[in-house]
Amino acid sequence: MKITTEQKRRALVVRIDGELDLHTSPILQERVAAAFTEYPNLRALVVVLSNVTFIDSSGLGALLACYRDLSALGKRFVLANPQAAVRRVLQMSGILNQIDVVDSEAQAVLRL
Amino acid sequence: MNRNGPVDNRMTLSFVSKPENVAFARAVVAMFASQLDFTIDEIDEIKVAVSEAVSNAIIHGYEDQPGEVRVEAILSNGRIEVIVHDSGKGIADVAWATEPTHTSRPDERMGLGLVFIREYMDEMRVDSAPNQGTTVHMTKAPRSATARAH
Repeated sequence: MKITTEQKRRALVVRIDGELDLHTSPILQERVAAAFTEYPNLRALVVVLSNVTFIDSSGLGALLACYRDLSALGKRFVLANPQAAVRRVLQMSGILNQIDVVDSEAQAVLRL
Repeated sequence: MNRNGPVDNRMTLSFVSKPENVAFARAVVAMFASQLDFTIDEIDEIKVAVSEAVSNAIIHGYEDQPGEVRVEAILSNGRIEVIVHDSGKGIADVAWATEPTHTSRPDERMGLGLVFIREYMDEMRVDSAPNQGTTVHMTKAPRSATARAH
C-alpha cells in the first residue's frame, strides 16, 4: 500500500493506493494522526479511495477511528470515490450512515 | 457442510499469525477459487471472507502472539469450501459470539468480520472451545452454477 498526502484548502487529502487490511490499516491511522498533530490548523480529512482495490473490517475500523478522532477535534472527514467492491463493503458495514462519501476528490475539497 | 462427492482439488496453506500474511492468504485462496466459474465480484467476496477469518485468527485467536494459522481450500461439487483454523484461545460461547445482533456492531472488528463472511459466503460455521482453537468453515458456489441448478 502506498499513501500520498497533500494539503488543499486547509484539508489534508490522503490518497491510498492498494489494499486496506489488518497489516496496512495501522499505517493509515499513523499517517493521519501524525499529519493532524504536525498541522493542527487542518480542518478536514479527505481520504481518496479510487485506487483502493480491497478493504475489509480492519480497513473500515481504521477509517472509523480516523473519523472519530477528528470529529472529537471538531474536524470534518470525507471519503472520495470508492470503487464498486469497496463501496459495497462500506454500505454493508453501516459506516455510510456516519461518514460522507462523494464521487471525486475535487467534489470533496469543494464541500469543505 | 458435509462433502457429498469426490474432491476435485485441494490445497493447504500454513503460516505464522502475522498481519503481513493476511493479504497472502486471501490472494492464494482467490487464485485457487478461480478454477471454478466465479465472477470477479464473487472472487472479491471470497477474498473479504478469507481476510476476515484469518484476521480474526491472528487478533482474537492468538491475540497478536505468534501462532500458526492453517487455511485449507477444497473444490468439490462445483463449490469451494474454505477452512481457516487456529490453535489459539478459542471462544467460550460460539453461539453468542456469532449472533447477528451481537456481531453487527460496526465498531466491533470480529463481529463485523463475521457479518461479512455470512453475507459473502453461502454457508458459514464456527467450531470453537476455550483453549482449543477456532475453526471457521465457509462454502461458496458460483452464482451461475446456482442458477443452473434451479
